[in-house]
Amino acid sequence: MAKELLKGNVAFAEAAVRYGLEAYFGYPITPQSEALEHLSGRMVELGRVFLQAESEVAAVNMVYGAASAGVRVMTSTSGPGFALMAEGLSYIAGSEVPAVFVNMMRGGPGLGNIQPSQADYFFMTKTAGHGDFHPLVLAPASIQELIDMMGLAFELAEKYRTLVYIAGDGSLGQMMESAELPPMQPLREKRPDWAVIGCEGRDPNIITSLYLGAKNLEAVNIRLQKKLAEIKQNETRWKEYETEDAEILLVAYGTVGRICTSVVRESRKQGLKIGLLRPQTLWPFPDTRIRELAAQVKAILVSEMSAGQMLEDVERTAQGQCPVKFYGRLGGVVPLTDEILSETRKLVREVA
Amino acid sequence: MKHEETIISGFGGQGALFAGQLLAYAGIAETLYVTWIPSYGPEMRGGTANCTVILSEEEIGAPIIQNPTAAIVLNLPSMEKYEPLVKPGGLLIVNQSLIPVESTRQDIRVITIPATDIATELGNPRMANLVLLGAFIQATGLISMESLESELGKHISERHRKWLEPNKEALHKGAEFA
Repeated sequence: MAKELLKGNVAFAEAAVRYGLEAYFGYPITPQSEALEHLSGRMVELGRVFLQAESEVAAVNMVYGAASAGVRVMTSTSGPGFALMAEGLSYIAGSEVPAVFVNMMRGGPGLGNIQPSQADYFFMTKTAGHGDFHPLVLAPASIQELIDMMGLAFELAEKYRTLVYIAGDGSLGQMMESAELPPMQPLREKRPDWAVIGCEGRDPNIITSLYLGAKNLEAVNIRLQKKLAEIKQNETRWKEYETEDAEILLVAYGTVGRICTSVVRESRKQGLKIGLLRPQTLWPFPDTRIRELAAQVKAILVSEMSAGQMLEDVERTAQGQCPVKFYGRLGGVVPLTDEILSETRKLVREVA
Repeated sequence: MKHEETIISGFGGQGALFAGQLLAYAGIAETLYVTWIPSYGPEMRGGTANCTVILSEEEIGAPIIQNPTAAIVLNLPSMEKYEPLVKPGGLLIVNQSLIPVESTRQDIRVITIPATDIATELGNPRMANLVLLGAFIQATGLISMESLESELGKHISERHRKWLEPNKEALHKGAEFA
């Protein structure tokens, strides 16, 4: 496949189709509506299911239903819509069915605006929904990574029977970039053996999140926690840039993560020993590696399009081994290379 | 190393976003890394529209920038906004037909073209975007005229196909000014 110029929202939608998406239920919201627009034509053309629900509350429950039948299913939305889905997310987590959610984050709180933001970090990683659970959260920084992560999202969701979120932002959805789509893959022929699809000739499968009796539910929770520990063990992902000899470590994800690669490039030209760790999974978080690097560097600078949410995970992880500073922009403003560079230089002087 | 960070800006309808996309398509045809990002938001008819296009031989970090290495400005508000932001040593391409002021920058190259007038002579004032784009690629040597023409043929919409040849001519007319 050759490289094409692809818009983020169209790229993830088409990638999902090619990775064998069987059903999509959603409700339009800027800045991700192009995904619905694309799928409304494409899915129908392929004889698959596309349904624009009456609301996000309906959409998430349709996703829950399709997932329970072992159908490869997803939805996509942005902050306010994702918030409406919270109840369903918890039910899906409790029922242990695989489902993929894309959130192209926009400025909040409330209706906020439609500009890029990363202020849903807490909401996405610290469980949007009641009860003890974590979704697996992937954080792409380019359109190629967004495409690749769609495939990974389905794979991990089905492998662990878990919720997978893709944490994008408005700029990733709206920008166009050169990227390569995967070849078209055939749809799965067989439903998973736990799916509820009619049980003639066998015992019924049961999918539920209701366990009356505390001991019962505790056992379920212990099993869920064991699964989360396994995910943490196997699926933590990150990228490092120039960390070997770094004296200052930048930690940033998604759009800000890629902006920080420019910061590293510029600062290296100026002879500053700056490195970057870019988490590709926000949950599980690259704890162990950041802890190691915190022992190596003089200071860490976290940058986000938020008031400092991932910051708390970096602080927790660094365990006081070095100072952890923060630079963020709010309300849909994207921090630019020069701003982060000047914060980095300030920090270099502070720790010299 | 080829690396150009360009902002193209004008009124909605002047084709700033399309000119940027065309540049991006041609960049891919020449195997460069490419990003294109529009300003987006609640817009109104006649409001400004701009995009940032980066073409590079190396993988692109920040897709959003404060100081472009080049700016193509189609109207006065765009001139007022981006003229001061172009990096020293950079390039500014001005649509003289709609911008009655001259640049005061001494540290950048300024190319002034009566683009809307030229486009009108060619049959449609809305081709001013390609007059300016023609000057841009001639001045920077970033990509070839052939790639641009070939991508224009692929991406011009059906209803505008009759304007393909005049658009190509617009590119060449612009190139003469660089």
